[in-house]
Amino acid sequence: MAQDNKLINLENITKKYDGQIVLDELNLYIRENEFLTILGPSGCGKTTTLRIIGGFETPDVGRVIFDGQDITNLPPNKRQLNTVFQKYALFTHMTIAENIAFGLKIKKKSKAYIQDKIAYALKLVNLDGYENRMPDSLSGGQQQRIAIARAIVNEPKVLLLDEPLGALDLKLRQDMQYELIRLKNELGITFVYVTHDQEEALTMSDTIVVMNQGYIQQIGSPEDIYNEPKNAFVADFIGESNIIGATMLEDRLVEILGAKFACVDEGFGSQCPVDVVIRPEDVDLVEPEEGTIQGVVTSLIFKGVHYEMEVMANGFSWLVHSTDLSPVGKQVGIKVDPFDIQIMNKPESEDEEAVGVNE
Amino acid sequence: MVKRIIQKGYIGLVIVFLYAPILVLAVLSFNSSKSRAKWGGFTLKWYQKMLENDKILNALWTTLLLALASALLAALLGTLAAVAINRMKKLPKAVMMSITNIPLLNSEIVTGISLMLLYFAVSFSLGFTSVLLALTAAHMPYVILSVLPKLRQTSKSTYEAALDLGAPPLAAFFRIVLPDIFPGVLSGFMLAFTLALDDFVITHFTKNARVNTLSTVIYAETRRGIEPEIYALSTVMFTAVLVLLIAVNRTKAKAAKKAAERQR
Amino acid sequence: MSKEKGRLATHKRRMQYLLSTPYVLWSIGFIVLPLIMIVYYGMTSRNGDGFTLENLKLIWAPTNRSTLVLSIQLSVISTLLCLLIAYPLALALRALRLKSNGFVILLFMLPMWMNFLLRTIAWQNILEKNGVINMFLGAVGLPKLNIINTPAAIVLGMVYDFLPFMIIPIYNVLSKISDDVIQAASDLGANYIQILFRVIIPLSKPGIVSGLTMVFVPSLTTFVISDILGGGKVLLIGKVIEQKFKMANDWNAGCGLSLVLMVFIFICMAIVQKYDKDAEGTGVW
Repeated sequence: MAQDNKLINLENITKKYDGQIVLDELNLYIRENEFLTILGPSGCGKTTTLRIIGGFETPDVGRVIFDGQDITNLPPNKRQLNTVFQKYALFTHMTIAENIAFGLKIKKKSKAYIQDKIAYALKLVNLDGYENRMPDSLSGGQQQRIAIARAIVNEPKVLLLDEPLGALDLKLRQDMQYELIRLKNELGITFVYVTHDQEEALTMSDTIVVMNQGYIQQIGSPEDIYNEPKNAFVADFIGESNIIGATMLEDRLVEILGAKFACVDEGFGSQCPVDVVIRPEDVDLVEPEEGTIQGVVTSLIFKGVHYEMEVMANGFSWLVHSTDLSPVGKQVGIKVDPFDIQIMNKPESEDEEAVGVNE
Repeated sequence: MVKRIIQKGYIGLVIVFLYAPILVLAVLSFNSSKSRAKWGGFTLKWYQKMLENDKILNALWTTLLLALASALLAALLGTLAAVAINRMKKLPKAVMMSITNIPLLNSEIVTGISLMLLYFAVSFSLGFTSVLLALTAAHMPYVILSVLPKLRQTSKSTYEAALDLGAPPLAAFFRIVLPDIFPGVLSGFMLAFTLALDDFVITHFTKNARVNTLSTVIYAETRRGIEPEIYALSTVMFTAVLVLLIAVNRTKAKAAKKAAERQR
Repeated sequence: MSKEKGRLATHKRRMQYLLSTPYVLWSIGFIVLPLIMIVYYGMTSRNGDGFTLENLKLIWAPTNRSTLVLSIQLSVISTLLCLLIAYPLALALRALRLKSNGFVILLFMLPMWMNFLLRTIAWQNILEKNGVINMFLGAVGLPKLNIINTPAAIVLGMVYDFLPFMIIPIYNVLSKISDDVIQAASDLGANYIQILFRVIIPLSKPGIVSGLTMVFVPSLTTFVISDILGGGKVLLIGKVIEQKFKMANDWNAGCGLSLVLMVFIFICMAIVQKYDKDAEGTGVW
């Protein structure tokens, strides 16, 4: 990617709370017009990263560059970006229109301009006619859309969203995901989105940043992250997977649970201990004699789109998704396509597991 | 950083303002001169004399008894009232809330006078009971207002779940709802107790000559000079409360610490 | 089925009556009836001549008029002073981010465990000609402060006695305003002053209204503070009423004055409440 469209650059950011490291030498850039999602479990540092971009926290070490300028110590009210808070943070003493007008009034825009903007923003979030309602009279989803409207009327270059769908129920969350994608496309601005929900991240993002324990684990497109997780943490966090300790025998051949599987990875050397990731939908159940290894089905659950089965084979319980049913107790063979076996370096210690692998 | 220092300094200043008179009174309790205006040297004699002063000890006893009984009564009736109001329909609820607010908006002097007139009208003789009921009436709204928000927070479904699990309504209330709203009841009780302890005006209008609280004794003595025993007594009371509070806080902090350690 | 439902409804209604009756009776007996007594006495003549407005008109008699005006002046000044002292204090307390409000409430309630008459008397010691303040001022060579037995001393006493009733409701409301809301305002471009006047103060209005009420009402009607710190030289309306009962034994006049004062207070509160849109949840504590 060209250097010039990096809109935000986080350089070497370190942040501690009470001596506890939350972010450790984090480096990350955000390109103009991309939908970037920071994904990770709670306490991984994702919200802190967002708050540093928003100006609500100052890093102990490192710089925040925005559009070529150092804004590390600039207060939030001087930054050209706006935040949508997890719990909406609407001003309960103001009407919806007053909420949306807040930023514009601070900037002393003309009355006509403000009126236009309110109408435009409400239309954009599908809530026209709500001008004179009070926030308390709106549902959670509606309040969240007002929070978004309130932010975007200020025409920020970047919209920061801190788990904005976290408080909504499942159906509403899915609707809002499409809504956000549509908004992003209509506005043509950069979205930085923080979530712990991998499905949200996969659905909406151009780029996903997976974080754990203050370190970036992997940066990539949703496809990259899903299909080629760089380590066991990413593989485990994104989707369901079978993660198995294995040995790389030679290029394109790996020994898993005592059986030899063909794969497509090279360059690990011989007799190298590795982790392999096999997605449940990539495990093929065949007749015992056709399988690379043999096992027995121990559980079966109907999931709607597919069946979820567990197969005990060579001392490991394999998670299998398939549209074909194999009843509990059935002897089966397991086969995996070489392309579907993802090989990862084994971490040498727990610390290393957390260490960033992006640079 | 500077902002923090200014903030803390300001808090400190207001605290000094509020506690300075208390310090002055404590100092006076050790003053061997009977005059408030002169320092006659250090003495403990007032502490000894206060134990022999029946008038003051009686007043103390009456004050404590009135405060405790009226606060208990207010807490009991107030909680019941809050439960009832919480279940009312919109209009009766609005009416009852307006009536409940009257003693809060009314000055103590009007509350005191109006109750005195009522006692007179129904020929209820003034005395301990009349003061007790007056204090209860004046402070019950505080209990109601501190219990109501807790009741609103307590979801109806927990009470219904208890009924569903076979608890009779009363048992469901005492075992499920009451523990939930208890912090509100307690703070209402504490408030009623503190206000009753410190009350002068309402007692002044609803008592007869034989009932005396610390407040009324002190008021009667303002002109001719306060007996130093009262300073000593008040200092003892205040110190006792202070020590009690610190002790309670300590044990609470210790318990919290232990709980935190166990969690680890 | 419907019969069953009907029985349940009857049962519920009966429960409701059972619960409500005690308090309804209590509030009629101890709140409504006493007020009616005041109205009755205030509007009837002392000599048994029946209905009269004379007792109400007393408030505008030359002596009472100046007393009333002074009382209003002093109580308004002390209420505003309390607000000016308490609001920044509540903001500073909020900035401490204590885990529970309990400690703060305790800190400002605790002085009440020392009798308020005594604490007010202690101010005599502090303010007197040879009191604590003047000893200090003399020691550093500054001119003496002579405010004892003046309206200024009474204002100080009112501020002292009623300040906690301004601090606690305001602090309670402020401590409940979430940081998110303040950060959202900052995010939308507001600086600290703008956040204070457009977000924090409007959101804390219920607390301000409670505080104003709880300071204004007792300051307007006090007779104890003026007795102690005014040295009998400053007469306030509360004292006039008290004397009608305890000295002159003219209950009708006392009730007439009380009634006017009460109506005045209710009107003041109605005006203040009107400025506070969401009067619901105006919890005093």
